[in-house]
Amino acid sequence: MEPHVYRNSANRNFYSARSNFMSRLARQFQLTPISLRRWENFKANRRGYWSLWIFVVLFFLALFAELIANNKPIVASYKGEILFPVLIDYPEEKFGGFLAVTDYKDPLISEEITANGWMLWPLIRHSYSSSNNDYPRRQNQAGECLGFPSPPPWASNMALCQSPADQVARYKTIGNRNWLGTDDQGRDVVARIIYGFRISVLFGLILTVLASIIGIAVGAIQGYFGGMTDLVGQRFLEIWSSMPYLYILIIISSILIPGFWTLLFVMLAFSWTSLVGVVRAEFLRGRNFEYIRAARALGLSNTTIMFKHLLPNAMVATLTYLPFQLTGAITALTALDFLGLGMPPGSPSLGELLKQGKDNLQAPWLGLAAFFSVAALLSLLVFIGEAVRDALDPRKTFE
Amino acid sequence: MSNTSRTLVQVRNLSVDFRAGQQVSHAVRKVSFSIKQSETVALVGESGSGKTVSAQSIMRLLTYPAASHPSGQIFFHGKDLLALPEAEMRAIRGRRISVVFQEPMTSLNPLHTIEKQVGEVLRIHRGLGTAAIRTHVLDLLTKVGIREPEKRLNSYPHQLSGGQRQRVMIAIALANEPELLIADEPTTALDVTIQAQILELLQDLQAELGMAILLITHDLGIVRKMASRVYVMKDGGVVESGATADIFANPQNAYTRHLLAAEPKGAPPQADESAPVVVETENLRIWFPIRRGFLKRTVDHVKAVDGVSLKLRAGQTLGIVGESGSGKTTLGLALLRLIQSEGPIVYANNRIDRFASRAMRPLRKNIQIVFQDPFGSLSPRLSVSQIIEEGLLIQKPHLTFEQRRQAVSKALGDVELDPDAQDRYPHEFSGGQRQRIAIARAMILEPQFVVLDEPTSALDMSVQAQIVDLLRHLQRQRNLAYLFISHDLKVVRALSNYVIVMRNGKVMEEGTAERIFNAPQTEYTKALLSAAFDLRATHASSVIND
Repeated sequence: MEPHVYRNSANRNFYSARSNFMSRLARQFQLTPISLRRWENFKANRRGYWSLWIFVVLFFLALFAELIANNKPIVASYKGEILFPVLIDYPEEKFGGFLAVTDYKDPLISEEITANGWMLWPLIRHSYSSSNNDYPRRQNQAGECLGFPSPPPWASNMALCQSPADQVARYKTIGNRNWLGTDDQGRDVVARIIYGFRISVLFGLILTVLASIIGIAVGAIQGYFGGMTDLVGQRFLEIWSSMPYLYILIIISSILIPGFWTLLFVMLAFSWTSLVGVVRAEFLRGRNFEYIRAARALGLSNTTIMFKHLLPNAMVATLTYLPFQLTGAITALTALDFLGLGMPPGSPSLGELLKQGKDNLQAPWLGLAAFFSVAALLSLLVFIGEAVRDALDPRKTFE
Repeated sequence: MSNTSRTLVQVRNLSVDFRAGQQVSHAVRKVSFSIKQSETVALVGESGSGKTVSAQSIMRLLTYPAASHPSGQIFFHGKDLLALPEAEMRAIRGRRISVVFQEPMTSLNPLHTIEKQVGEVLRIHRGLGTAAIRTHVLDLLTKVGIREPEKRLNSYPHQLSGGQRQRVMIAIALANEPELLIADEPTTALDVTIQAQILELLQDLQAELGMAILLITHDLGIVRKMASRVYVMKDGGVVESGATADIFANPQNAYTRHLLAAEPKGAPPQADESAPVVVETENLRIWFPIRRGFLKRTVDHVKAVDGVSLKLRAGQTLGIVGESGSGKTTLGLALLRLIQSEGPIVYANNRIDRFASRAMRPLRKNIQIVFQDPFGSLSPRLSVSQIIEEGLLIQKPHLTFEQRRQAVSKALGDVELDPDAQDRYPHEFSGGQRQRIAIARAMILEPQFVVLDEPTSALDMSVQAQIVDLLRHLQRQRNLAYLFISHDLKVVRALSNYVIVMRNGKVMEEGTAERIFNAPQTEYTKALLSAAFDLRATHASSVIND
């Protein structure tokens, strides 16, 4: 808590030469005592702290989803040549096939490669878009072979359909297992959850960051200048925020094909308003502080005052809102996907998985997997949000 | 000590600890004092001495369980209040012991009418009916000197002035004719003339109702006027106690002597009538329009400052004196061009009242301001060096980091602070030290003209004296021109060559400090002086505006 004041007189001369540089450097990385105390408060909330770590680890892993769940080997060696199929699409001609992009799970190709080298597969040998052709399907009591969705192997005691021995052997390989079953197109549920998690979180993060930047800027301008600027801004906000954005999204999605960025910008257009009020209130309150007046008396420009003196005050309120904004953005994307208005068909998405669960009530693994992953993701974020809110609570900080 | 009347409250070995996380602070350590029936006892001390905490312990109003009492008993009629169950305690609060707080702005609920707030204690403790409560409330409001109480029953707190609000607080406290009234800095937030009236009211009511008063204050003038016995507190302990007259005449403890000697003293440097004029205004007006109706037409103006002319020479101090709402702070802000005004403002032969904010910027280094509240005027998020160097970054951008750092060190040295402290944060400093930092921020730009807006009002008496000495020293050293804004006439007398007395935006009287203080001409100035120096209320119509 004691910022570098050099008490030790023996070291003093040594330090004084560099103290300027050092202290400048230190200041860049040093938390102010208030922030430090808030961080301590955050850590004291075990649930929030652990949630943050779990979330960070999961998100980090999901960023490298291609190395965890993919239908291509990470590294392969073929006839003495080291190949990186995850990064580079090799034509099948290379291995004696004819397709433009190699299907490494094709028995011919994989036998060809293993005969002339080796392959290092990811943990899960399915991508979000690949269907598992090796799954022999299940048969019901009447002996009929059922189609997809197929249950997880550990959760079903139905017999497998008759299949060639080599296909069953491939199906039984650990990496080829569908731990949470497959969806209605034979795609691996685990792979789709991993990729879906990544898209949800990335979407939420980008939306939150962009919405915060716009919201803070608008709120800051309204609050700082007040008067007519504020009045016009507030009326505009009232009109803008009373527009039903779900309907507008439905209309837009009938004109444009909704992709990641279209969705993001449409949602951004309506979600930036939520921070304006908070930031505006903080700036309205703060602009009459005596240190703001002092700064004006020193001749600082409006922009400098806003960034240096007022923004840090508004950041507390903003930070408190951020995790909940993130949660809201993820929920919104999930809801749109569930309604079929979200990401284009085929993209991995938690909402789309929920929809499949609803459409295939005979396959409860779909609904349950989607439900638990959405619930876990949102719970983690809410726990983090709660801890942030409590850590920034001035009554707790300054008691 | 005479023992003619019975002891009402006996506090023995009271200690109060506050716990925040792992840290425990000992706010009060083994304090003992007693209050007899119908007497006034004062707890005196500077901020942080534990006087308020001790008094609130009697009512058990502290934030338990963060606060705790490791030792002590408080006997009230033979019962230990600290050991009393909460239900019995509630029957005592507001009925037999009641309290008046410092801040009349926040101690009344803004959403309830006066009748409801005064009537509440009657309803709770006596269970009276609506009609009976109304008669009682009217009676009480008359007693505390609120004129036309029938009209005030349905008023909300914001419709009353500060003095009236404090009268309502006293009415609430006295509603059940308590045996002990705890008055916690009851007049600190009020103007001097109102302060004198409130103190007189408390004395009258005490004579009429015969309650004991525990007066908590930092102002020795009030103690001398009100209290029969004094306990002097410092760092959570009582350092000296005794009859008021004895303590004032013959203080035993060094700290008490220090307190008694702490009033701002001395005289300003001799005024040189031929010094160059630094700032001059002619008929300066700051009118805020009152707009009504759909088209927002201006129907009238609030005349915050109405036709003030002043002339300030280098090396001299012009004191602006007035009560709250007199427009003195507005005047200071206008001279700095921080708010719009009409009328010429001439700074160093430039008419700056039409300058755009960009044109003002280079002049800013010559014109600086120091504010009242040393806690509000420093950004809590910046280190001391960041705060002080801020002006340099704008005004002297060619300085290197090293040069700025040296300048900050020197500025801190000039205000008698340790230059090594520049990497600390404001919250690590006391009020007086923070005010020195604020002065350093203004002085580092080497201004010629400094507006001092109540720079000592938020500080303890002995710290006030030090700040006044510092300001006088800096003035002499740098030939500074000060515009000193204050409601505290003692400080004004210690600093000013020339004084302007303002009221409701107009100049009531102006002249050399000597003449104003020794031979005031107007009734208003006379009333102000007698209220400030003798705590004597003047019930002339020229004064009462509440």
